[in-house]
Amino acid sequence: MKLRLATLALGAVLAAGPALAELVIPDLSYRTGPYAANGIPFSDGYQDYFTLLNERDGGIGGERIRLIECETGYNTEQGVECYESTKGEGTLVYEPLSTGITYQLIPKASADGIPVHTLGYGRTSAKNGAVFRWIFNYPANYWDGASVAIKHILDQEGGDLSDKTIALVYHNSAYGKEPIRTLEELAKKHGYSLTLLPVDHPGQEQKSQWLQIRRERPDYVIMWGWGVMNQVAIQEAVNIRYPMDHFIGIWWSGSENDVKPAGAAADGYKALTFHNLGDDYPLYDDMRKYVLDAGKVAGAGDNLGTALYNRGMYAAMLAAEAIKTAQDMAGTSQITRAQLRDGMENLEITEEKMAALGLPNFGPEFKVTCENHGGNGFAAVSQWDAAAGEFKLITDYMQSDQEVLAPLIEEDSMAYAKQNGIEPGCN
Amino acid sequence: MFYREAGDFKTSYVEDGQTFPIKLDRYAYYVALAVAFGVIPFLIDDYYANAVLVPFLIYAIAALGLNILTGYCGQVSLGTGGFMAVGAYSVFKLMTAFPDVNILVHVVLAGIITAVVGVLFGLPSLRIKGFYLAVATLAAQFFLVWLFNRVPWFYNYSASGQISVPERSVAGIIVTGPETTAWAKYLVCLVFLVVLAWLARNLTRGTIGRSWMAIRDMDIAAEIIGVNPLKAKLTAFAVSSFFIGIAGALFFAVYLGAAEVGEAFGISKSFLILFMVIIGGLGSIFGSMAGAAFLVLLPVMLKNVLVGSLGWATDLAAHLELMIVGGLIIVFLIAEPHGIAQLWRLAKEKLRLWPFPY
Repeated sequence: MKLRLATLALGAVLAAGPALAELVIPDLSYRTGPYAANGIPFSDGYQDYFTLLNERDGGIGGERIRLIECETGYNTEQGVECYESTKGEGTLVYEPLSTGITYQLIPKASADGIPVHTLGYGRTSAKNGAVFRWIFNYPANYWDGASVAIKHILDQEGGDLSDKTIALVYHNSAYGKEPIRTLEELAKKHGYSLTLLPVDHPGQEQKSQWLQIRRERPDYVIMWGWGVMNQVAIQEAVNIRYPMDHFIGIWWSGSENDVKPAGAAADGYKALTFHNLGDDYPLYDDMRKYVLDAGKVAGAGDNLGTALYNRGMYAAMLAAEAIKTAQDMAGTSQITRAQLRDGMENLEITEEKMAALGLPNFGPEFKVTCENHGGNGFAAVSQWDAAAGEFKLITDYMQSDQEVLAPLIEEDSMAYAKQNGIEPGCN
Repeated sequence: MFYREAGDFKTSYVEDGQTFPIKLDRYAYYVALAVAFGVIPFLIDDYYANAVLVPFLIYAIAALGLNILTGYCGQVSLGTGGFMAVGAYSVFKLMTAFPDVNILVHVVLAGIITAVVGVLFGLPSLRIKGFYLAVATLAAQFFLVWLFNRVPWFYNYSASGQISVPERSVAGIIVTGPETTAWAKYLVCLVFLVVLAWLARNLTRGTIGRSWMAIRDMDIAAEIIGVNPLKAKLTAFAVSSFFIGIAGALFFAVYLGAAEVGEAFGISKSFLILFMVIIGGLGSIFGSMAGAAFLVLLPVMLKNVLVGSLGWATDLAAHLELMIVGGLIIVFLIAEPHGIAQLWRLAKEKLRLWPFPY
């Protein structure tokens, strides 16, 4: 280990000349187990973007990036092991891609002073940055997702849901339970009735849940699934001939490998997203030139342009932009964790910035502040086109119902602050 | 030659019946304790505490508990994960309901609550045996996990169903929560393990332990000679669940800090601890610890060697790790079905005679 570090450091010295230091980015990935099908493309995208920055720009602000990958298997104990084994290397920001591991890391990382970015997952009330100083979940969170899904259904039904029933098929874990409170609040507001159908880890067994859906015929089914659970649920929905355009998944249930096993019958399945899809972006030319063709891809190189690859890339892009912001603010290229936290709190993503990066129209604009670690909560609905083999956006980005969500976030984060003796504040 | 027993005479029954009758073993035990209490706390860092030693100590407690039930009393149980969950949720409810009471008291109380639950689920063992009992305890596993998922009272109505530990300290030293130092975590678990191992050792060589072993070896014969199967089986369930409950409480409060029941205390945990007991050696205190060490340390070590030193891809290493651990389990069970404890026993016999075996 020591020797390898020494050779790596030596290599960096020879390559980059005087820049001795480096930016250490851990990637807690999972390429094994029942969630690997979704974990691999995200991790590939996350790593490839940083590799691209290293190869094309020589890192960020002249500092090369060193990636450390650690396999978690989507298991919290291994996630803790990964966190402990990497944090000594001077890691800057964690992106664990697991709500369970995020819950482990929230207190630990807050105590150690290491920023954690949970892109569209994790603990929703971390949006309140006055309580969760080190935890960020921009640009959208689960409650935004639940609210946007209901908004889309409202649009479909002409604004009236009073006699409708909506079923939530969810992974029976912290992840899947997140939207329940929001959906219940929204049910009070819009008058629909909500059926909860939990699916236990890993989610291969869903016969009884879909039998119930077949019997009760809810008007819409919303899904909070991940890993193998997604494929099974979509196949089961096809089996009972549930209308696919009334079946809406959260953004973690909307990747190509979730719908492809069900074949042409999955056509019309909808999923939310908070960024754009496909590979029709100038950035992909660079990605192919500097990373794919140079043989430096993280995985097999077969995931470019898929929904989760794009999301991993998006996560890396947001991290890189936050590092740039932090470098500008601190006036030094070798930033510390606390400086990165300040950079993340002042991150602003605009259309000009995204266009300059080669990702025009890739996602909604947003701005992070200390009080708001969660962005503005914009998401859109995409639909699977089985013939073309791709997800297509069918709506514009919609903002979630802030008047319902804001009090819920306030309540949940304050309960956390009280339980843990945190004095909310931005200083 | 390794064991120099010349002059090591016993002049009383008490001396002869002690846990480590050979002088060298006894000294080795004292040295191990001295190192564990006097040296490691000064050297330990976050990584060794959180990834290696604390999980090892906690799994050793759980394996001890299961070994009492399965190894000493012969009752197969697949409900270990569920009982650990009882310990974890008990300690969570107690900590949040009575914040002023010492956390160590809560951990012991959580063990007692688990013991009561264990006795409840142990009642069928009076009628059913073997595989059928395994199925009944499997039902306990699924029922308990379902219960903690289904009833919001257990997780204090938190939005995500997660329980997370509040900060508590003992004599001014923080032992739970994110601010806990590595050595405090380690020492709390170590104290519990040493006390419980001492308790287990003394229970198993007394009347209760002998009645457990009589039931294990042949329950009808035991009943005929006057062992009360009701008492023997239920005490085994109670003591075993007490240990497992404490392990579950420490697992949640000291080690993880936040847990959700399906992931942390699922069926895979029950099997993991059963494997520890089988690999370590049924009916052996040392075996419980050896089994826990084998299954906790080996994967971490393999990961560090394959990814850290050799620089292999993480997915390749993870797959190889499964194959190597699985392969070693099979090799172990073929080479020595009675586990690491028996291997150690044989090695010791040989070492006592070496280099002049007869």
